[in-house]
Order: sequence, then structure tokens, then C-alpha cells
Amino acid sequence: MAKVAAELKYSAEHEWIAIDGSGPSVIGVSAVAAEALGDIVYVDLPEVGSTVTAGETCGEIESTKSVSDLYSPVTGEVTEVNDGVVSDPAVINSDPYGAGWLFKVTVTEEGPLLSAEEYASKNGGEL
Amino acid sequence: MSEKYTALYEEHKQLGASFTDFGGWQMPLKYSSELAEHHAVRNAAGLFDLSHMGEVWVTGPDAAAFLDYALVGKLSAIADGKAKYSLICNADGGIVDDLITYRFGDEKYLVVPNAGNAPTVAAALAERARSGKVGGFDVIVGDVSAEMSLVAVQGPKAEAILLKLTDEAQHALVTDLKYYAFNELTVAGHDVILARTGYTGEDGFELFVANNAAAPLWASVAEAGAEFGIVPCGLASRDSLRLEAGMPLYGNELSLERSPFDAGLGPVVALKSKEGDFVGRSALEADREAGSKRKLVGLKGLGRRAGRGGYPVLKDGNVVGEVTSGQPSPTLGYPVAMAYVDVEFTELGTALDIDLRGKAEPFEVVALPFYKRQK
Repeated sequence: MAKVAAELKYSAEHEWIAIDGSGPSVIGVSAVAAEALGDIVYVDLPEVGSTVTAGETCGEIESTKSVSDLYSPVTGEVTEVNDGVVSDPAVINSDPYGAGWLFKVTVTEEGPLLSAEEYASKNGGEL
Repeated sequence: MSEKYTALYEEHKQLGASFTDFGGWQMPLKYSSELAEHHAVRNAAGLFDLSHMGEVWVTGPDAAAFLDYALVGKLSAIADGKAKYSLICNADGGIVDDLITYRFGDEKYLVVPNAGNAPTVAAALAERARSGKVGGFDVIVGDVSAEMSLVAVQGPKAEAILLKLTDEAQHALVTDLKYYAFNELTVAGHDVILARTGYTGEDGFELFVANNAAAPLWASVAEAGAEFGIVPCGLASRDSLRLEAGMPLYGNELSLERSPFDAGLGPVVALKSKEGDFVGRSALEADREAGSKRKLVGLKGLGRRAGRGGYPVLKDGNVVGEVTSGQPSPTLGYPVAMAYVDVEFTELGTALDIDLRGKAEPFEVVALPFYKRQK
């Protein structure tokens, strides 16, 4: 069963966020989502300096089988994107909570977020 | 529709498969990574459960003549022990299914339709046997889909694996088997129909076996293939493999609304070599006469984004076609797609775009198949 990292918060659209009160927060997609998508082959991320809005699409994730929208779990300014996953999207499958992070945001407002327990019980992940 | 399960369902569950519905069947989509499964078939071997496919026996004195009437190909002309790809069309020339027919003898054929179409094909064959000529054809149409399993071993190591599972005395039956030919022999102690056919673009075999032998056969193949790197493969890799090999999938490239000529399957329709009538003949003659407005082509992506089934194909911003299948090619490293395109834009090298959710992504018309194995 796909792992749900206990220290993170999650959106209903399967993004995780590591909220850091002192600096930008890191955002990625959960292992549950990565596994459901299949092997990820392309990722389209928001641009550095752009503003993302909680609950709205900010990019795309494409696997061998399908294309899915990427939703931002928070509102804020994008400060950094992970060029590593753009050049090698498979990292999102192999290490979704680590090297497979997607982008960083200076959060001005949080969207509705779930705890790891809530997300896991709703989506069948393993804490 | 209630879900159907193959005789290998428990094996798939134990292997940790994720499942998908296909033609009413719960089938393994993938076991681990569909890309790894794809590469295993290209480089070593893959093991597939295809038990959702149908098996329909056509037996009796009129078997050959009947199939010439019921299908678009000339099945009476194939030799014993050989198989042939064909189509079953309706009276309007629409494609009911694509299928493979195996000839055991003048009075005995096995017809293998696609999973979701098997009941339709079996019923159509039975109906055509009754109504096709005065008094009916002297044949028995026996749908044994529920009793038979089908396991495929595909990839460059497939033959070596089969040789480990057969008696030395029968090795020549394996090694001498030509593409689209079959033998009845014993594999791992089970009676199987061993056919050198497949849907991956690689060398490989398909093994028809009774349901009660499916699980032990599956286990034996997995064990014998371990040293060669065999992995179980799901429908996701089956789809990417067949797409690279330019093989049509019923429901994507083929349907009741498509003519065989538009799909590039004109050579499968035996308008010249068959003298007698067959179902769809007059409509297909008219189709051929009229020519195709749209044709199935291969498209190669110049960027990284893949077109998907249903996406519009554009020329200078105007819709000139529609994608039927598409995804990134794991072997070739660029996106590939099959699409029906207006004939004036089907010449090789023609620059077209696929409308990727509002963004025009450049593609180019290329020859099918995208991938051909080195022989």
C-alpha cells in the first residue's frame, strides 16, 4: 500500500505540503496519487514568481496512461521549482516525498488541508 | 454488467496487481511499473494473462466455406496449423471485431475474438450459420470462452523459456514454429495449443489451456523464465507495446463506424480472391470504390507531450482528424499516436498538431509501425 508521510499535510486533490512557518513551503504529490497515475513521464510546473491559488490548477502531470491537473493546496508566490523532476519525472514515482518534490511557495493563505491520518483513511494509504 | 474474473485472478492478487475493468473483466493493469513491464518484453520476456479473450470453435463439414461467408478473409485458403488475422463485419461494412482464426483442419477452426466482443461474435457466427444459406451451413459454433484460458509469453527470451518447459522430443515443434502458426503439445505437463502469435511486436507465443491448468502453467512459466528476467505484465504495457507495433485496438482504432479501408486493413478484405458472397461484401465494395475520406496514420511527437484518444488533430488550427490512441513511447523515447486524419494530410512527413487540452503540440505523419524488432 502506498505510503502517507505522517509529518505532512494533504489536499483532497492529493498534493502534500510541508508547511514551514519561517520560509517557503514545499509541495508535491502523494505516493497514493503517484501510484494511481502510473509511471510519470512529464510534469508542467508553475513558473517561479507566479502566484498560485488554493484549489486551482497550476500545472499538469502526465503519466504513460493519462494526464492530470496539478492543483495548488495553498495560495502564494512560487519561489522555486524542482528542475530535477522536470528533467526526470520518474523521481516523482520513486521518491514522492523527497527528491520528487515539485515547487515551493511563500504561503499567504492555506486551502482546506487534511492531516496525514485523515488523508490516509480517506484514500487508503499507509501511515 | 457483473464483473468477470479469469482463472488467474488469485495469482494476480498475490503478485500485487492493480486491476482495471476491460470488456467486463477484472484484469491486471500492471504489477509494478508499466514501463518496467514494457521494457522487459522488448529486452527479455513478459508473461500475460489474456484469458479475457474469447475462444469459439467452428466445426463441421461446412466450416471453411462458412468462415469465408461470415468473415471478410479467405479462411478456406489457410493451411492446417496456420493462423490468420481477419475481421468480422456487419452488412454495412462496419467492423464488429478483429480476430485471429486458427485452422486445425478443413472441418475444424478456432476463432479468437476480443474480450468484450466475444459474446457478440459468437452470437453473430451462430446467426450467420443459420441464415447464411438455404438450410443453413453444416457447422457447429461452440463458444468455449468460459472454459479456456490464454497465457502469452512474449519477448526475445520467449522461445528459450518454452524450450525449458517442453520435452526434448518436442523441441522442434517449438523452434520450427513459424509466425502465425501453431502446434498442439505438452508444456510443463499440460496440454496446450501453442501459437506463435502476439500483440507486442516481439517474438512470442500464446498458449491456450484449460482453465484448471492455467494457474499451474502460469507458475511453471514464471519459474522457468526467472533466469531470463521474465516479469508478469498487465494491460498497460500490453497497450503501449501494441501501439509501438502499430497494431489496432478494437474500440480505439476499429469500430462499427470505421471501414477496414480507412483503418489500412484493405488487404485483409478478400474482395478479389473470394468469389462468393460474404457478410458486408457489397458495402465494402462500395467503400473501396468511394475511397477513404480519413485514414489511419502514425504520428510522431516532436515535443515531449503525448496526444491521447479523442484529442483533435489540427492543420493550421483547423481540425483535420482525431487521435485514437497515443502515449509516450517507452522504447523510442518520443510520443506516438495513431489518428484518423483527412486523406489530404496523410502523406509521410506532413506536419500536424495535436490539440493537447488547448495547446497545439507539433507532430509529424510517420509510417506504421513505429517500432519493428531486429530479426
